[in-house]
Amino acid sequence: MERIPILKMGDCLLVTIQVDMHDRLATTLQDDLTERIVAARARGVLIDISALEIVDSFIGRMLANIAAMSQVLDAKTVVVGMQPAVAITLVELGLALPGVSTALNVEKGMALIGRALGRSDRADGGPQT
Amino acid sequence: MAVLRRDSRPVRGDQDIVAVRQLVREWAVSMGFSLVDQTKIVTAASELARNVIVYGGGGTLALEALNDGNRRGLRLAFEDRGPGIPDVDAALRDGFTTGNGLGLGLGGAKRLCNEFDITSRPGEGTRVVITRWR
Repeated sequence: MERIPILKMGDCLLVTIQVDMHDRLATTLQDDLTERIVAARARGVLIDISALEIVDSFIGRMLANIAAMSQVLDAKTVVVGMQPAVAITLVELGLALPGVSTALNVEKGMALIGRALGRSDRADGGPQT
Repeated sequence: MAVLRRDSRPVRGDQDIVAVRQLVREWAVSMGFSLVDQTKIVTAASELARNVIVYGGGGTLALEALNDGNRRGLRLAFEDRGPGIPDVDAALRDGFTTGNGLGLGLGGAKRLCNEFDITSRPGEGTRVVITRWR
């Protein structure tokens, strides 16, 4: 069965969506991520959607569900890399993704997770001292 | 108003939603739509294709490239022979759903297009036609 890979980086999970997802693939990702958060004791989840050409209400709902479930499981989810045309369309569609944290790119997303977990801003990629 | 090009395809399962998105994208690109306009009509098509499958039990999509004087348009007609929608006005309201979705499909698709037309007869099916002009 087709699946979207979930990578582990420290106590974070990293997902890069590279394909045009059909609905079942999106649902599978949601289920897989929820299980992996618990199994890997993850504290952060970063979802890179920079390759996604559209986010419709189904994919939007999947992102909102993942954010809500990870919060219940004490992990912070950040969605990064949304294309401007996708953002414009989402808002017009009526989907503002409440409860979903977003960041411009992976680096800023990791920094956001770091701050949410009360760590120093090192993850920002700034100069190490 | 002239129809420059015409095509149709079945809309039956999950994979067809992806195929519809790709087909509509191809047409929008070949007609010279901007990236934002492409994204809008592809997203609207995705919502309506899902409605055809989830509520209509499958159906068809007909595409038309239109030429109306100095503007060009992409018209998509989604048709199913499902149970129909008893109250179309209610179905167009955000948040209204008889399934387990968000209830944004119809109203959202309407907002993403320039023209929107829906006809539904209980017991016979539903036809939604959207057009985006450039």
